[in-house]
Amino acid sequence: MLKVEGLEKNFGKNKVLKGVNLQLEEGEITVIVGPSGGGKTTLLRCINGLTTPDDGSIIINEKYLYKDGKASSKKDEIEIRKDIGLVFQSFNLFPHMSVLENITEAPRVVLGISKEIAEKKAAEILSFLGLLDKKDNYPCELSGGQKQRVAIGRALAMEPKLICFDEPTSALDPGLTGEVANLIKKLAVEKSMTVLIITHDMNFGANVADRILSMDKGILNEEHMYMK
Amino acid sequence: MDNIINLLPQVFEGLKVTLQVFIFTLAFSIPLGVLIALGRLSKNKIISTVTGFYVLIMRGTPLLLQIVFIFFGLPIIGIAFDRFPAAILAFVLNYGAYFAEIFRAGISSIDEGQYEGAKVLGLPPRHIFLKIILPQATKRILPAVANEVITLVKDTALVYVVGLDELLKIGKIAANKEASLIPLVAVGIIYLLLIAVFTQLFKLVEKRYSYYQ
Repeated sequence: MLKVEGLEKNFGKNKVLKGVNLQLEEGEITVIVGPSGGGKTTLLRCINGLTTPDDGSIIINEKYLYKDGKASSKKDEIEIRKDIGLVFQSFNLFPHMSVLENITEAPRVVLGISKEIAEKKAAEILSFLGLLDKKDNYPCELSGGQKQRVAIGRALAMEPKLICFDEPTSALDPGLTGEVANLIKKLAVEKSMTVLIITHDMNFGANVADRILSMDKGILNEEHMYMK
Repeated sequence: MDNIINLLPQVFEGLKVTLQVFIFTLAFSIPLGVLIALGRLSKNKIISTVTGFYVLIMRGTPLLLQIVFIFFGLPIIGIAFDRFPAAILAFVLNYGAYFAEIFRAGISSIDEGQYEGAKVLGLPPRHIFLKIILPQATKRILPAVANEVITLVKDTALVYVVGLDELLKIGKIAANKEASLIPLVAVGIIYLLLIAVFTQLFKLVEKRYSYYQ
């Protein structure tokens, strides 16, 4: 469902991505591990449109987001991107909006869904995440783990087919790692999501992954290090 | 006592001028400030340089000079304004620059992650600015804006230079005529009351924004 071909990115003279190839199958949890500075965050940012690659292609559900380094039209890009969600390392919730508003804002504005329907869907998502009682709270009133679940809910509300996680365990108590792993597995099984996770936490990666790839010095090792 | 009562109608007229300058200046300088702040933050080098130069001039020269320049100076090259519009123009241009710097600082203080979080959800840039960034920036800049508003109440006294009879001028004339300090004390108290009202107002607004951190 996601295909990355020969992706390259330079920051000045620093080659961060040196021809990365990656293929994700539907419903699969793929984990990319590797030391920081190895390019995995840049890869994730390229897939999510936060960084523009210099060369290579990104294909989502047969549609080109980038073809040989050239971006598709803005209109196509917006359409294609609706299939991808991202949960940030620091969550980046909107602090001035309640949990419910955080989740309903994008569906209402981007997908044009009415307030009532958006709130109904948000309530379903929040019960799935075990957070329904927090719907009127503000992010500053939540714990780290709860914030992360809201961030997941915010991404889910756009009904993506692929959901990406940037270092999902780094901002949490070590004790919560298992819980996050279970939630992500539940996403893949119950919501039939394709999941891409970037982490340097090997144990967590091994726990959650269908497939682990390693990345270092701008090169993604395509051979599976681990397969369930 | 009688003197003070006799003075009241004049004081009232002076207060009216003071408040008019205050309200017109705020009404126009805040939108101007937003525009200039956006110009300063623009990726377009020409726009950010021009607006940067504007702020330098407006903050780098006395407001009194700017008023004098517009009312007495510009007619020399054939651009003439009436007293009141000239004073307002100078105030708006000057305060717009100060507000612009406050807004710019507020907008750039918002974490990059807020833009990115909104962008990956597909929210359009305009919506991101108006609904995600601006409300958060507004909360942060309220104390600085309150400062500026309080300064403006007192700066309105400068319009005496173009011959407008604002509050302080009325007080000064009365003090001279009666060889008494009382009129000056009286207008001082009026300024104080005005500022007390605005301080309370800003406290209320800050409270409204205190539902999150």
